[in-house]
Amino acid sequence: MTSLREDVDNLFNLAFGRVAGSSGDPDGGSQFLEGWSPAVDVYEDKDNLLVRAELPGMKKEDIEISLHEGFLTLSGERKAEQKQEGAETYRSERLLGRFHRSISLPCAVVPDKIKATYHDGILTVSLPKAEEAKPKQIPISVQ
Amino acid sequence: MNTVSQKEEGTVNPQRLQTETEREYVRPEVNIVETKEGYVLEAEMPGVTKDGLDIGLEENVLTIVGRRGPAPTGNALYRESRAADFRRVFELDPSIESGKISARIEQGIVTLTLPKAEKVKPRKITVG
Repeated sequence: MTSLREDVDNLFNLAFGRVAGSSGDPDGGSQFLEGWSPAVDVYEDKDNLLVRAELPGMKKEDIEISLHEGFLTLSGERKAEQKQEGAETYRSERLLGRFHRSISLPCAVVPDKIKATYHDGILTVSLPKAEEAKPKQIPISVQ
Repeated sequence: MNTVSQKEEGTVNPQRLQTETEREYVRPEVNIVETKEGYVLEAEMPGVTKDGLDIGLEENVLTIVGRRGPAPTGNALYRESRAADFRRVFELDPSIESGKISARIEQGIVTLTLPKAEKVKPRKITVG
């Protein structure tokens, strides 16, 4: 059913002259006139938080990452490519322009050790947990 | 539509719908432009590498499938991305020279170049 629903969504959005929502926004429409919104995932293991964002077709230098009071903010701009002269557009579904996502981190992290990579259109931000946020084992001596 | 048109759009065949739902796919967003030389199709497939890309051509039906790489290890605390692979089907215009279709993938964007056959390219005829 999903593919049918998507078709209906696209038709609906196109009827208003603008494609709203994105692949990562299954409800569509909430980003109406506000740019686009990449899908974001948050993973954790014992030592790290991992934030992944689907950002196909960006340039590394157009992605900004910042950390402020427990919020990780991802923002940037996907720019239109130069249109070839005489080219005619048949379909234009890819969303362009600015995006902005703020993610509330579930625990304290070490700001100096945050690392980010961008491969295959996916931004991966790795955030080492602060010592106090890591699970601890308290040794109990049995008497 | 007499271009690189959408095969699945428009009609709803209940029988086909059923087979389609056996395996769910994400429909990638595409841009298609036509130039004098041919068509250029771009599809968004984040997380797909060259090895995960499968492009098939059967008669005039082009199918693009993109398989996502493995999810990261660890617990997913919050998830918006979909796990399903990408798939989209197009019916090619007869003017396209199917033997000369080429593809590349870069940062999650698949770019297909579909050149027109020599005979349909516009030609300038000068009057002598």
